[in-house]
This record gives sequence, structure tokens and C-alpha cells, in this order.
Amino acid sequence: MQTVDMQQLKAGEVNLGTSIMAVQFKDGVVIGADSRTTTGSYIANRVTDKLTHVHDRIYCCRSGSAADTQAVADIVHYHLQILTQQSGSAPTVATAANVFQKLCYQNKDGLMAGIIVAGWDKEIGPSVYNIPLGGGLFRQPWAIGGSGSTYVYGYCDATFKDGWGKEETINFVKNTLALAMSRDGSSGGVIRMCVITEEGVERLFVPGNELPKFWEGEEVLGKPTKIIPESPAAPMEVEA
Amino acid sequence: MTSIGTGYDLSASTYSPDGRIFQVEYANKAVENSGTAIGLRVKDGIVLAVEKIVHSKLLVPDANRRIQSVDRHIGLATAGFLADGRHLANRARDDSSNYRDTYRQPPPLKEVISRLSMYVQAYTLYSSVRPFGVSTIVGGVDVNGPQLYIIEPSGISYGYHGAAIGKGRQLAKTEIEKLKLSELSTREAVTEAARIIYLVHDDAKEKEFELEMTWIGDETNGLHVPVPKDLLADAEQKAKAALENFD
Repeated sequence: MQTVDMQQLKAGEVNLGTSIMAVQFKDGVVIGADSRTTTGSYIANRVTDKLTHVHDRIYCCRSGSAADTQAVADIVHYHLQILTQQSGSAPTVATAANVFQKLCYQNKDGLMAGIIVAGWDKEIGPSVYNIPLGGGLFRQPWAIGGSGSTYVYGYCDATFKDGWGKEETINFVKNTLALAMSRDGSSGGVIRMCVITEEGVERLFVPGNELPKFWEGEEVLGKPTKIIPESPAAPMEVEA
Repeated sequence: MTSIGTGYDLSASTYSPDGRIFQVEYANKAVENSGTAIGLRVKDGIVLAVEKIVHSKLLVPDANRRIQSVDRHIGLATAGFLADGRHLANRARDDSSNYRDTYRQPPPLKEVISRLSMYVQAYTLYSSVRPFGVSTIVGGVDVNGPQLYIIEPSGISYGYHGAAIGKGRQLAKTEIEKLKLSELSTREAVTEAARIIYLVHDDAKEKEFELEMTWIGDETNGLHVPVPKDLLADAEQKAKAALENFD
């Protein structure tokens, strides 16, 4: 299996043609996602929540097949609950990410799931793990995913800086997602974000009519710069 | 022995009328006949030491080890039937690697102990099997620091600061109690462990023995490895010297 194409979706399967993102900062992580779920060109849900809880301080951003990623997130949630009961303490983000990775790699032929795992734990603090389509596992200071992410890699590379605080990181996520959503047809709706720190999880919401605005092009039929005087209608020349 | 002839000691699946399982108690006897094994949990690690009785002069030195590795950071010392100890160590390795497979992190000792003791306990339930003829000292350094446990043939397990099993355990325990374990370094604990093993060894009854010693801690980078040859020789020499002063 060399390439994974989007045609793997069954006819009518619900797709998270998505823009998702996670960024770590000093005290925690900010994760964010658009809210569009599609079946083909139809928007099945325009207020989807793609930020999924897997433990107290560990969330994942889901992209790909909605069914596959929900199932995987449910299984990881189960594993982490068992682990917590047995060990008596909260699991690390690394452990959660590893359980995700194992499921995604072992079932790579049957799944379409691109997942970002992010959160805060006692041992490491904040961390972000990216698990793209084939089931690899990569720790990154920031990660973007889903179809919309392809439009904003350059923006992220040019913008991201180490050492940001909470507000700067939230703005980075909000702006990146807005840009991705405006270019990607499979992304859109509202922005949902979570700030995960030792203290807790704070949910943020940006309605569709309050998205940050960037350059959106000139009106094609804008005001003309020069008025051309109207010439009187001329009779059609008729052949003799 | 009141149990003999009553018929209640023939199977591990039958209680005696006063609620005992004699097969498990007999398994403890097998442990009591074995050479002593001790474990010390100190400031920065764990030291395991075993008095390995050499029953034949024809044996190759270092043969039949009684301390084994379960995982990179976990060591296991047994007293009792050597073969049972090996089987248990293999099981512990499986448990450990299973945990690693599922959670991709080194298992905390507590986790290995709970699984291993469940396994040992299962052998006290059925008439078709006999309980394990070993007590096991399991030591390791995990995310919670140095940890030391004993699993008994009944499947019960406790955490300890200092552990002793086998023939000389009583004397070993009194000696361990005299130590300030929380202030000792692993390097110091190596000398103490060697001294205790030499002290509890009864040369009137048993002829030869080999001192087998491993450690886990800051000095070994958290890995379970044998104590280096020179340090072991040094510790043995000090142990012998201490014994002469003791006598």
C-alpha cells in the first residue's frame, strides 16, 4: 500500500474533511478544530465537535472517517480508564498517544484516521503528538491536520514562535484555522478550541460570523475606477 | 504435624476444617530449606543478594543463577525450587512485555507484582496443580523510585524496605533492621548485603556457597545488572573481615 487516497471512504460515509490543530505552550496545550462534517458535498453536521475527550487532561483532534476515529477514540478511552484504575494515577499523554498509534498502525489497511493527541501530564507537562494516516507517531511543538491543513503549513512555519503564552497560542490556533477554513471547501462552520492545563480544560467557541478575517480578494464586479461615457445605441448594419 | 494422615493435605483445592490449605504451607517449607535471599531498598536503588548453595564441586562457577531479570529495570530473586523460580521469572517477563505492548512504557513494579501474584495465587486453587515452591523477591526502580516486594507461595505480596527469604531469613531480617536503609547508597548497601549473606551462612551445615548479587539504581542508570566483579570481590573481602571481628 503506497498511497492512501480519499476514495477509501465507502459511498455515503461520513467524512471529517477537516482542519485540526494542536499547539503546546509553557503551561499546557491549545487544541482546535473546525466543525464541518460532510457526506460528499452535503454538510451532514455544521457544528461538529472534533475535539474528543480521552482522559481528564488528554484530548484528541480527529480527522478522516468519523466512524473510524470515533471508534479508535472510544477504545483508547477504555484503555486509559483501565490503566487509571489499575495504577491509581493519570496516564501520560505519551501513553495515550502510543495506544492510539498502535491501533492506527495495526489496522492501517482498514482505517482512515489522522489523529492529533494533545494534553498535559505530571511527568512531561504539555505535549502534542501527531499520528498521520499510516500510523506513525511524532512528537511536535505544534501539529496541524486534515484536508485544510495543507493550505496553512506555510503560515504556521512563518508564524509559530517558541515561548508563547496562553493568549498568543489561542490566537495562533484561531487564525490558522480561520485561514484553513476559508480556503478548504471541506472545512468550515465554527471554531472550537480547548485549553488544557494542569488546572483543567477550558472550552472556547468562535461563531461562524465572528471568525478572524484576512484578505478575501476584491469584488469581481467592484466599483469601476473609470466611468466610460455611455454611447448611444447604434442601429445594426444591415446588408443590402 | 497434625496435618499428616487427615487427608486434608493431599490437594490445594481442599481446606482443612480449621481453614488452612496445607499444600500451601508445605510449599513454604520448600522455601525454608533454600539458601537465603535478601533485598535492600535504599535511597537510590535496590540491591538483591543470594546465598547460592553449591551442592557439587563439579559445578561450573556462576551456574544456576537465582537472580534473574524480568525487564530492564526489574530484578527477581527466588528461594525454593530453582525450576519454579525460572518458570515464575518467565511469566513475569511475559507480563512485563505485555504491559509494554499495551501502554508502550516500562511497567511500574506494582503492576508486575499484582499480575504475578495473581498467577501464583491461581496455583492454590486447583487439585490438578501444586502451589509454587518459591518465595520471590522482586526489586526495581520505576517512575515512583525504588520498590521492593515479596511474593509468597500463597500468592500474597507485600512491599518492603528490606526483604529476606529462605533458610537464614530470621537472622537476616534482624540484621537488615539495624541498617538505616533510607540513608544508605546502593554502593554501601552492596557491602551490607554481602556481609549479611556471609553472616547468615552456616558453614557447619552447608559447605560451599556462592554470593550472587545484582543491583538497580542511579549507578546502573536504572538498569538491573550484576554487581561489577571488582566491587563484588571487595564486598566479599569486607564481609569476611567483618565476620572475623564478629566471632
